[in-house]
Amino acid sequence: MLGQLGAQTVAVKTPAQLDGLDGVVLPGGESTTISLLLDRGGLLEPLRAAIAGGLAAFGTCAGLVLLAASVLDGRPDQHQLGGLDVVVRRNGYGRQLQSFECVLDGCGALEGRALDAVFIRAPIIESVGPGVDVLSSLNRDGVERAVLVRQGSVMASAFHPELTGETAVHALFLEMVASVRAGSLG
Amino acid sequence: MTEQIETTSTATFTVKRGLADMLRGGVIMDVVNPEQARIAEDAGACAVMALERVPSDIRRDGGVARMSDPQMIEEIIATVSIPVMAKARIGHFAEAQILQSLGVDYIDESEVLTPADEANHIDKWTFDVPFVCGATNLGEALRRISEGAALLRSKGEAGTGNVVEAVRHLRQITGDIRKITQADSAELYDWAKQLRAPIGLVQELAETGKLPVPLFCAGGISTPADASLVLQLGAEAVFVGSGIFKSSNPAHFAAAIVEATTHFDDPSVLAKVSRGLGDAMPGLEIDGLSQRLADRGW
Repeated sequence: MLGQLGAQTVAVKTPAQLDGLDGVVLPGGESTTISLLLDRGGLLEPLRAAIAGGLAAFGTCAGLVLLAASVLDGRPDQHQLGGLDVVVRRNGYGRQLQSFECVLDGCGALEGRALDAVFIRAPIIESVGPGVDVLSSLNRDGVERAVLVRQGSVMASAFHPELTGETAVHALFLEMVASVRAGSLG
Repeated sequence: MTEQIETTSTATFTVKRGLADMLRGGVIMDVVNPEQARIAEDAGACAVMALERVPSDIRRDGGVARMSDPQMIEEIIATVSIPVMAKARIGHFAEAQILQSLGVDYIDESEVLTPADEANHIDKWTFDVPFVCGATNLGEALRRISEGAALLRSKGEAGTGNVVEAVRHLRQITGDIRKITQADSAELYDWAKQLRAPIGLVQELAETGKLPVPLFCAGGISTPADASLVLQLGAEAVFVGSGIFKSSNPAHFAAAIVEATTHFDDPSVLAKVSRGLGDAMPGLEIDGLSQRLADRGW
């Protein structure tokens, strides 16, 4: 998806592969599994330091859980990368049978356009800190909650923009990466 | 805001396939009780498959292999936070209905269990829960997709610890995909006929060069090197059955296979995780088998 938008991408599996990156994407999957593999692969500390140091980061679903300052219903030994002052509840939207897709109302940062969003065993953003911008939110079961957020050079979504062919969110991330590079952010 | 609630939909094909996409690059492990499920999760499994007996025991014990006890499945769901899959017999839609009501995240309509219908697979479109199905070749794969499977796996020969059949099936599927992308539009009708597959899916395959659902590998994977092999051959994730809990040290084998799957293209990591692992499960020669599980399914 990022390649389609003109960015060069590389799969990062070792600390050395972090060198020279302008931004990092933390994809979906199981946050506990990813956390374990980051730790075993020696990536956890370098990645945490890089994000704290202003490396642009974009997390979707499990990536959001990893970036969150605090996780409810996770495993006690689950590691956090931090960078995003939000509280998330792992699998807060339920198991696979409760997974859903919907159209999200647009937001200012996306010039008001609507977004196709897929939520797979998705985390709920229970609360956001004062420094966090809510870019999009969803009313589900009568409760309005943030689903796309940004803080400094860190962006995250509870849904999977990569599953719908929807490029707007990735384009927004690349804009953010460009402004971090230009030194106007982070 | 009410407008958003109205446009929300569950159990669409995108949602069903979405979970399969999230499992890519991971290892799904067979477990028969909550303790094994915990070991699998601790080792880094991205999902577990709850079943009554692992395939090598089914092979040894014989008899009819059925869906697992719902109580055991519920205990496993309560024990781990990763997705839980469970197996139903081929064509046994009542077992699948029960598994769906338990809230499992995926159903494997599996040849490892004794088939319940000799002509028909389950109509998977009628379910909200997504299905994974096995395939030995591209025709079988496309027929399962036409019935609503949201994820495919090579069948391999489960419970043997022998990867040769998984390799054969993967190569059959990926090899035919490559040939179809070279075919002209008239030849696609013959391909559909030969494969006994819907022409629409064959045409789509010719255009995109890939299956409309992810392709994982199962059946005979028992070492880190086996996992690397099948990922390099085009599988996007691996199912490991007897290979883990029939090895001499399940926790080590599980962790090593997870790491091998993540770093499948890095031989130095593979060498590191393969070192001093202990004995892999005892393997079986395919020619000596009295029952080939992969032949089940049509």
